[in-house]
Amino acid sequence: MTGLASPKLRKAAPAAGSTPGTPQGPPPAAGRKADGPRRTALLPTTALVLGALYCLLPVAWVLVAATKADDELFSTFTFLPGSGLTDNIGELTGYRDGIYWRWMANSVLYAGLGGVLSTVVSAFAGYALAVYRFRGREAFFNIMLAGVLMPPVILAIPQYLLMAEADLTDTYASVLLPLVLSPYGVYLGRIYAEAAVPMELVEAGRVDGAGEWRIFLRIAVPMMSPGLVTIFLFQFVAIWNNFLLPFIMLGDDEKFPMTVGLFTLLKQGASQPALYTLVITGALLAIVPLIALFLLIQRFWSLDLLSGAVKS
Amino acid sequence: MTQPPKGVRRSYGVKAAPYGFLLPAAVLFALFFALPIGYAVWLSFHKVRIKGLGLGKGAKTEVWAGLENYTSALADSELLASALRVLGYGAIVVPVMLGLALFFALLLDSERVRARSFARLAIFLPYAVPGVIAAVLWGFLYLPDVSPFHYLLDKAGLPQPDLMDGGPLYLAMSNIAVWGGTGFNMIVIYTALRALPTEVYEAAKLDGCSELQIALRIKIPMVVPSLVLTFFFSIIATLQVFNEPTTLKPLTNGIPSTWSPLMKVYSDAFTGGNIHAASATAVVLALATFALSFALLRISNRRTTQGAGR
Repeated sequence: MTGLASPKLRKAAPAAGSTPGTPQGPPPAAGRKADGPRRTALLPTTALVLGALYCLLPVAWVLVAATKADDELFSTFTFLPGSGLTDNIGELTGYRDGIYWRWMANSVLYAGLGGVLSTVVSAFAGYALAVYRFRGREAFFNIMLAGVLMPPVILAIPQYLLMAEADLTDTYASVLLPLVLSPYGVYLGRIYAEAAVPMELVEAGRVDGAGEWRIFLRIAVPMMSPGLVTIFLFQFVAIWNNFLLPFIMLGDDEKFPMTVGLFTLLKQGASQPALYTLVITGALLAIVPLIALFLLIQRFWSLDLLSGAVKS
Repeated sequence: MTQPPKGVRRSYGVKAAPYGFLLPAAVLFALFFALPIGYAVWLSFHKVRIKGLGLGKGAKTEVWAGLENYTSALADSELLASALRVLGYGAIVVPVMLGLALFFALLLDSERVRARSFARLAIFLPYAVPGVIAAVLWGFLYLPDVSPFHYLLDKAGLPQPDLMDGGPLYLAMSNIAVWGGTGFNMIVIYTALRALPTEVYEAAKLDGCSELQIALRIKIPMVVPSLVLTFFFSIIATLQVFNEPTTLKPLTNGIPSTWSPLMKVYSDAFTGGNIHAASATAVVLALATFALSFALLRISNRRTTQGAGR
């Protein structure tokens, strides 16, 4: 609601400058930008850091909780580190012949392969929508975007029934295939292609006698590559985080991804709390790869790309 | 395709190329979006008729049900209750999450605020945590035996609320969504802020405007389009909530298996085994989502055409 009403705020906030949030000096100082580092705004900085700490809290908790042995979990103070991290990891690895690592590998497979396929499909479609003028272009794009609005359960139930008809339920394909097409991926693909591939270059390629496929591979793909990395990451995270589809499609826990595996473990934990330690350790190990991934790519890739921002 | 010798063949290639590039997406769309949706609609108008004892092959046939599934779906008090619960939940999540996202984005965009790159990463971090795992983490933080909040309240001699039941459950559930969603929306808004031409507020600064005034009067009005976009997607995501309540369920008795509309659809279809009724409910939900989206888009179009473009 805030956003919708904001143009009216212009008139409604006359004396906003007197709020304590902005310890701003007298006006003359405001104009000089170049000289020296600016003074720190204390209150806003505090607010921002508090926000950051709030977001880190559960992660910090799981980091500590995973070090606690069974009896320590319910008895010692929450943020007091325990003594059992390696034991917990060992126990988790030993649980049902290391099925936990199987789930992890499955998640990597679903998210990795699904992400790559999805990026290819999105790049094709986005490029076609951006570079060519053809009949049905806008209709196709709009129908695709309407797919975003579809509640996943509504798709998942008939998808399950159709997969059952095709005898494909409880297979890797049943989880992988429905996730390959991502409407948001196609949308991003179109935006990146529009921004990154100049029509003159495509035309020049045609004049030189290159075929459409070659133009796409040699000219467009390299120019779109930062965008393609973004689509891959977006889909990787989306599939990694997916719960509903594998939850519905799979019965055999050897094929579970991490999310469904941990959920079943938690469910059993309701009757045997000893499993809680395993769930907590499992949760920690499950979030480490993605966090590491994001920290790693920070240097080469900007978060802004995720919202479809294109640098000029 | 690589060596087109004549102009004729090339222009044919140029004409056919977009369809070739769109083919994989179109096939996948047909198989995994259009076909399932069509099938769900078909199911919603049918029901199972059982002959005799319902044993043996051919004893169960699907017959036309007309609007029967729809009337019973709409008359179902559980569906209404779940819809109301999710509306209440959404009324907390959407304003708090977007308010925080906008607030943090404005702070990130302010030169005199420190620790910005650390905070940006930290606030974005929950995006990388699956909803199920977020619910596991918070679920444990809500459990009286484990929670640091309860520990502190206990030490202070204060009453300890049960966070997983009744009214507090809404807050507990909303907190998970706010925690998980603020970062992504913050990035979307922050990106829009950074794309604004700086001359606009350099001039305002010369005129002696404070940072807060600039934020309220210049920045926020200029990022209205992205606020509308995030608002739109947040509402849709909220109405579709499923993973978090499903995950929290084993930890408490306060969450029924029909807490949210989608959980209701799921339990009708897979626990209750009535796929026809579940399909009707699902179609009703899809239509409601579309109607809502359409209304929101109309409002936002009217807004954005008078404001900045794109």
